[in-house]
Amino acid sequence: MDVAIIGIGLHPFGRSPELTGQQQGANAVRAALADAGLQWKDMQFAYGGSQDGGNADALVNELGLTGLQFTNIWNGCATGGSSLHAAYTAIKSGEYDMGVVVGFDKHPRGAFNPKPSDWGLDNWYGESGMMLTTQFFAMKTQRYMHDHGITNDALIRVAEKAFYNGSLTSTAWRREALSYEQIANSQMVSDPLRKYMFCSPAEGGAALILCNADIARRYTRKPVLLKAAAVRTRHYGSFEVFSPSQPMQVADAPTVTASKAAFELAGIGPQEVDVLQLQDTDSGTEVIHMAENGFCEHGEQEQLLRDGATRIDGAMPVNTDGGCLANGEPVGASGLRQVHEICVQLRGEGGNRQVPGSPKVGYTHVYGAPGISGVNILTV
Amino acid sequence: MTSQIAIQEGLFSWPSDHPELLGSRCQHCGEASFPSQPDCRCCGQRDTQIVSLGHRGKLWTWTIQSFMPKPPYATDETAESFTPYGVGYVEMPGGVRVEGRIQLNPAAPLTIGMPLDLVVEPLRTDADGNQIMMFSFKPVEE
Repeated sequence: MDVAIIGIGLHPFGRSPELTGQQQGANAVRAALADAGLQWKDMQFAYGGSQDGGNADALVNELGLTGLQFTNIWNGCATGGSSLHAAYTAIKSGEYDMGVVVGFDKHPRGAFNPKPSDWGLDNWYGESGMMLTTQFFAMKTQRYMHDHGITNDALIRVAEKAFYNGSLTSTAWRREALSYEQIANSQMVSDPLRKYMFCSPAEGGAALILCNADIARRYTRKPVLLKAAAVRTRHYGSFEVFSPSQPMQVADAPTVTASKAAFELAGIGPQEVDVLQLQDTDSGTEVIHMAENGFCEHGEQEQLLRDGATRIDGAMPVNTDGGCLANGEPVGASGLRQVHEICVQLRGEGGNRQVPGSPKVGYTHVYGAPGISGVNILTV
Repeated sequence: MTSQIAIQEGLFSWPSDHPELLGSRCQHCGEASFPSQPDCRCCGQRDTQIVSLGHRGKLWTWTIQSFMPKPPYATDETAESFTPYGVGYVEMPGGVRVEGRIQLNPAAPLTIGMPLDLVVEPLRTDADGNQIMMFSFKPVEE
C-alpha cells in the first residue's frame, strides 16, 4: 500500500506582521484542505510543529474541535520531515486513512540564538560566542572547499540561481533576482559565506493532506505518491552543528544515511530523480548536499554549477522555488514547503518555473541541528 | 579582592601559568571528548577519565564571526566596541578536534593546517569585578 499526498497548501513565506505563527499554520491547512476538496472534520489525525510559533495542536482552536489525534513534533530543522514521516507510518500501518501534516513558524529578526541547555550544552558555549548555526555552516563549507576544490564561484552561482527562482515564485519572500556581482560583492558574514549566501529566519506555514493511495483518486486527479520518508540522526564521527568538539575519525553525515535509506525504500536511484529540493540554509550546504544525497561525486559540483545543471532547465533542477535562500527559514515550515514545491512540479503546476519534460520523480532533503536529516521521495 | 575565575570548571587547567585543555578519555575504546563527560559518545560505556588534551594544535577549519551575536553571548563588548573574532576547530594532541575562538592577527591570516597555541584570557568582568576566564587559540609565535 502506498501513501498519497492529495492536498497542498502554503501561507506565503516572509513576514506577516498581522498574523501569529499559528494563524499562518492554520491558513496553510485551510489551503491544503481546499486543494483536496476536503474539510477539517475529515481529518483523522494531524502531526505538526514549530520552533518559535507555539504548539501546533493549538490550531484546533481555529480549525475546529473535532477530537482528532493531534501530535506535536519538534525536531529542529527536520521538524517537517519528522511530521511527514510520522504521517507516512500512521497511514502505512493501517491505523488511519487520512490526515494532515502542518509546519509553521514566526522567528524574530536576525540570527537564531538557541539556549545551550536545550541542546545538552553548558552556558559557556553560548556565552563565548560559538553557538551560531552560521558559524557551523561556514566552517563545514570552508573545510569542504579545501578538501574538494570548490571555489567561491560555486557559492555565488547557487545564490544567483536561488534568487532567480525566487523571482518566479509568488509565495517566496525574496522575489528579486540578484546578479552574480551583487552576490560576489555582498558583505562577508561568516567567511567564506556572504550576506546573500545565507537564508534568514522568517515566517510562514505549509501543510499537506495525506491518505491511503487506494482512495486517493476520490479526491484528486493527480495524487503524488510518497514512496519513501526517512529520518536519521548523526553517527559518531560526523561533523555537526553545536559540537564543542569533534572526533578525529570520520563518519557519513546523517544526510548520507537518510538518503541511502530513502532510495532503498523507494527502490529508486539518484539518476531517476527529475527535480530536487536540497536544504540550502546557505550556498555552501547546497553544494555539499548535492554530493551527500548521492546526486554527484564530491568536487563535481563546481563544473555542474558552471554548466547550469541545477537550474530549472538543467539536468538536475535544485530548489525550483528558490529554496530557503529566497523563501527564508521558518524552521517548522521549511521541510513541508520543500514537499509542497515538489508536488507542484510533479503535478505540472509550476507555471513559469515548471521543470520541462513532465517530471515524474521528486526528492526532498532537510538537515538541521543537532545533526539530523530527513529525506522524502515522491512520484507520480 | 577580585580574581580570575574560569568560565566553567574543568575546561582547562586553571589557575596555571601554562594552561592545558582538559577532556575525558574512554577507558574502553580510547576515544577522547571535550568537554569531559562521564559517558562515552562513541561506545556508550560509562568509564571515562579526565585527561590533558594539550596546549598546541593544528587548525582544521575556521570562519570569522563578523557580527555581534545575540545573548546568551556575554562579554563586556557593546555593539560599538565589538570586534570580529575567529572560530575554528583545532586538532589537539589528545586526539580530538576542539572548537574555540581564535585570535585574529593581520600578520598571520587563518589557514587550514596552521599551528595554534592555547591561551586563557578574560572574556568579561562579572558584577563583583572578577575576571571570567575563557580559553581561545592564537597563531604560534616563533
